[in-house]
Amino acid sequence: MAKIKFKTQEGQIISTEGSKGSLMELARDNNVKGIDGDCGGVCSCATCHVHISAEDVDKFPAANEIEKDMLEFEDNTTEYSRLACQLEIKESLDGITLTVAN
Amino acid sequence: MKEDEICIIIGASHAGVNCAFTLRREGWLGSIIIYDKDPQTPYHRPPLSKSFLTSDSDVDDHLLMSLESYKKENIDLRCGITVTNINRNDRSVILSDGSVQSYDKLVLATGAKALVPDIIGIKNSSRIFYLRSARDANQIRKSCHSSDSKRVVIIGGGYIGLESAASLRQLGAEVTVLERDHRLLSRVTAPEMSDYFLQLHTAKGVVIGLNKNVSSIESQADFDSVICADGTQYHADLIILGVGVTVNTSLAEESGLQIDNGIKVDNRTQTLDEHIYAIGDCTNHFNFHYKKNIRLESVQNAVDQAKVAAKNICRKEAQHDTVPWFWSDQYDVKLQMVGLSSGYNEVLLRNKENDNTSFSIWYFKDEELLAVDAVNSPKAYVLGSKFIKGHKRINKSILTNTEIPLKPSLLIVIESKRT
Repeated sequence: MAKIKFKTQEGQIISTEGSKGSLMELARDNNVKGIDGDCGGVCSCATCHVHISAEDVDKFPAANEIEKDMLEFEDNTTEYSRLACQLEIKESLDGITLTVAN
Repeated sequence: MKEDEICIIIGASHAGVNCAFTLRREGWLGSIIIYDKDPQTPYHRPPLSKSFLTSDSDVDDHLLMSLESYKKENIDLRCGITVTNINRNDRSVILSDGSVQSYDKLVLATGAKALVPDIIGIKNSSRIFYLRSARDANQIRKSCHSSDSKRVVIIGGGYIGLESAASLRQLGAEVTVLERDHRLLSRVTAPEMSDYFLQLHTAKGVVIGLNKNVSSIESQADFDSVICADGTQYHADLIILGVGVTVNTSLAEESGLQIDNGIKVDNRTQTLDEHIYAIGDCTNHFNFHYKKNIRLESVQNAVDQAKVAAKNICRKEAQHDTVPWFWSDQYDVKLQMVGLSSGYNEVLLRNKENDNTSFSIWYFKDEELLAVDAVNSPKAYVLGSKFIKGHKRINKSILTNTEIPLKPSLLIVIESKRT
């Protein structure tokens, strides 16, 4: 079980807990504004764009080409941008906070 | 907003479920009740013809929202209940068990059902399947696994037909796709894309029959014969029909709402009754970008309209004004499409030499970019959406020159402002 917080663009902080699935599914199941996951998690829509904190970057595997290409020209893309549907929930993510990009 | 207000949503798929959750996010304090005749907890439909068919996953692995989420947001999900009537005068609906439920706001998210084509013998066959619900997909999967010869005939060369073909081929089936038109995906893509998918499926061992108008199906003891108007016959252990949909408008129509190839709604997704909204596949709406009335069969449209309806119900001003997008996965090919290509007079191909695994097709009407189909080219898809939404003019010769990278700064033509 990992405790993960989502911070929305409006500054709302939503505390969640998850043990399996993707961070997109976790956000969606907790009704986090700005995370839609319209394509169901197949990296086709970029509606689950989040920013991870600089100190948490190493906790995630690098993005594949498709994810990078989807993000390159998205609104609010930074070097810390990821698509939450591509990030699996793991124990090692316990305590992190993700910022919803849009 | 008051706590004693009731919002009823009819239909618990992508549109209905997203509307319910958005209502809560936008501050709806009253009750939310969703009815659906399907007893299954609402699930994602796109995987049904894709990863769901090829895996042994359960529909519970593809839920739109976990059951706990409905409880947490106090959304009353009532699956397995059909709404039989809408009484607009006293703002209530009648349910299949005879009970009556009143509403302050009503959202119709009734969707569409698979079209049953006029083919002789279609009703007598037990080997015919449609692909719309999880139950359909489960039956197809089961029937394919239990057949030794696994001869599958798919009627219809659209997305459902081709995605099913790819999935069943991966399960080792012998697959034939019969398309009435002279090319695949003729309703939605340019001939270049049709050719690409024809080659892709043929290379994977799928038999594609074009100009094949299926006229009858004869059921034998061990198989069905699918017979075309030109006399050709195909033996099938399993037949999948993917020839389009019929919109579920009867509830709306019987209650006197306006129907014209779908339930008519305005840009706030409101029907002619100020207390009734309609969203998703069942609606006919005006698209601001393309300036025409359209009906879309897509998850994205369902979700977008769901949000607009929810905001308006919460008395926040919101208008539905989006450029449609779609996606399809077949084998290891990711197809992403944005915009509506109808009315195009020029098609440009961006394709690196000797690369037949990734390319994009750009549809123009004169200088206006209408749509982009991107095969394994997410960047083309993302940029295409941006250009279309922003009405950007594109330098066509740079677009087709793959030596030059896809970058907005290189592609957008800056038009001099008239003074």
